Amino acid sequence: MKNLLKNIFHLYYDGFRNMTLGKKLWVIILIKLFVMFVILKLFFFHDFLKDKFGTDKERSNYVIERLTR
Amino acid sequence: MIDNVDLSLVDWSRAQFALTAMYHWLFVPLTLGLSFIVAFMETLYVKTGNPEWKRITKFWMTLFGINFAIGVATGIILEFEFGTNWSNYSWFVGDIFGAPLAIEGIMAFFLESTFIAVMFFGWNKVSPKFHLTSTWLVAIGANLSALWILVANAWMQYPVGMHFNPDSARNEMINFWDVLFSPMAVFKFLHTISSGFTMASIFVVGISAWFLLKKRDILFAKRSIIVAAVFGLISALFTATTGDSSARFVAQKQPMKFAAFEGLYDGSHGASLLAFGVISNQPKASGNYLPDIKIRVEIPNLLSYLAYLDLNAYVPGINNLINGDEKIGLLSAQEKINRGKVARNVLKAYKEAKEQKDLAVADVLRTQFDDPKFQANYFKYFGYGFLNDVNSLVPNVPLTFYSFHIMVILGFYFIIFFVYMLILAFKDNLENKRKFLKLAVWTLPLPYIAEQAGWVLAEVGRQPWVIQDYLPTVAAVSQIEASAVQITFWLFAIVFTALAIAEVSIMIKQIKLGPKEGGE
Repeated sequence: MKNLLKNIFHLYYDGFRNMTLGKKLWVIILIKLFVMFVILKLFFFHDFLKDKFGTDKERSNYVIERLTR
Repeated sequence: MIDNVDLSLVDWSRAQFALTAMYHWLFVPLTLGLSFIVAFMETLYVKTGNPEWKRITKFWMTLFGINFAIGVATGIILEFEFGTNWSNYSWFVGDIFGAPLAIEGIMAFFLESTFIAVMFFGWNKVSPKFHLTSTWLVAIGANLSALWILVANAWMQYPVGMHFNPDSARNEMINFWDVLFSPMAVFKFLHTISSGFTMASIFVVGISAWFLLKKRDILFAKRSIIVAAVFGLISALFTATTGDSSARFVAQKQPMKFAAFEGLYDGSHGASLLAFGVISNQPKASGNYLPDIKIRVEIPNLLSYLAYLDLNAYVPGINNLINGDEKIGLLSAQEKINRGKVARNVLKAYKEAKEQKDLAVADVLRTQFDDPKFQANYFKYFGYGFLNDVNSLVPNVPLTFYSFHIMVILGFYFIIFFVYMLILAFKDNLENKRKFLKLAVWTLPLPYIAEQAGWVLAEVGRQPWVIQDYLPTVAAVSQIEASAVQITFWLFAIVFTALAIAEVSIMIKQIKLGPKEGGE
């Protein structure tokens, strides 16, 4: 078990250390995730119903209101 | 309700969703197909022990890695948009959409993320068979991820296995298997992944043809071409078959979409297939959409056969679907709108009775709402109740028509392309056919066009619906500022364009480097 965990650790450790093109790709992935989750999600993409209402009942009432007006 | 909706908000929300979905779909199909091609190549390496196959596998695996890294998580933005721009829709679909997406997230995370590390880092760390198993699991995991997304999309086109709860305003899943195994979901999944396989095969063939043109890495290029062309031909044939089955189902369940992409205005028994035409929208004051088809090439009776496997079957056209036909039990669009309004009014009365705590009336209305006859005759047309104009039920015919025909023409071209490629490959005559090799390189963008055309057909063709017959697109949007959607539209355009440029430039650089000696 100890050896297995050690091998898994080394698989990732050596893999990341020896990356060449992979380093550039990881930079792109991290920038992309930052743009998505920090900039877009935090500033632009609020969950409309979650932000506006505190409970599911209020959300249901609002949507029924929208569907029947 | 429609009168209260800011149409520019609807248009910008649709444009934003289309932009993000189309960019996302630049990356996904290549991942779906290339993962299998790499798995085939590695299988040959493990079977033969020939290091050339390892070299080949590692080269294509690197390109797979680039595409995967650039494309990964681009689909998450679509989920952001559901919550922000499409909150009515998100609430209305309830757990039917949530469940497949959650399964997809878990599967994608565990299968792809775990085994992709072994795939890239494990060459000298694990046994060849374990490595090969990981490569196959990445391919299967990526394609299973696509399954759940496509199941969710298919449900929007053909909603089954659910019951609408008038208390929560949400659809509740009553039969998971109906949702998972609906013919729409099965055909959509098979058609979509096989088109991804075709795209990846053309990608491999096109790049390998470039190597042959440059007289570089000849053995690598020829072997890559054989694997990809065999896989591509099987996939392209399968794509055509599943597309045919899919269209037959669409003819039954989304007849307006079918009529639009076939350019059929006036239906008939023994309907002709409009194989080629120059078409434009011509709404007429009388209410009929008169076709303005300048050039037409028709094949008699073929449309009836394709739709119902009967040369004389009746296929309704756009005008028939709008005007209805009592003789064959086809309800007019106006009648559907009237029934939809009845369903909406019952829901409204039920809501008001509950608010006024008039439980007796609420009970009666709830019983009426749940009555199977009411469900079949009125709630079935709930979405029509949001519409006032019958003409709003007709999608953009020229766009749908051309998208369909571009997709089909390219699909047949790919079959011929692979057949000829394989003939030349088996005759060992590829290097001498330089014009054809150039054609192979120039074919590379075409599957991208076919893929995008397929989605335009699927999504534009089903308008005005976001959920077929139950919720029109105009009723699905959140009440937010159109300007906010415009800002994020342009933000996405910039981010995704940067990603696409990054992908293409890194890919080109890596392709020029070519496969490394000894596969290291």
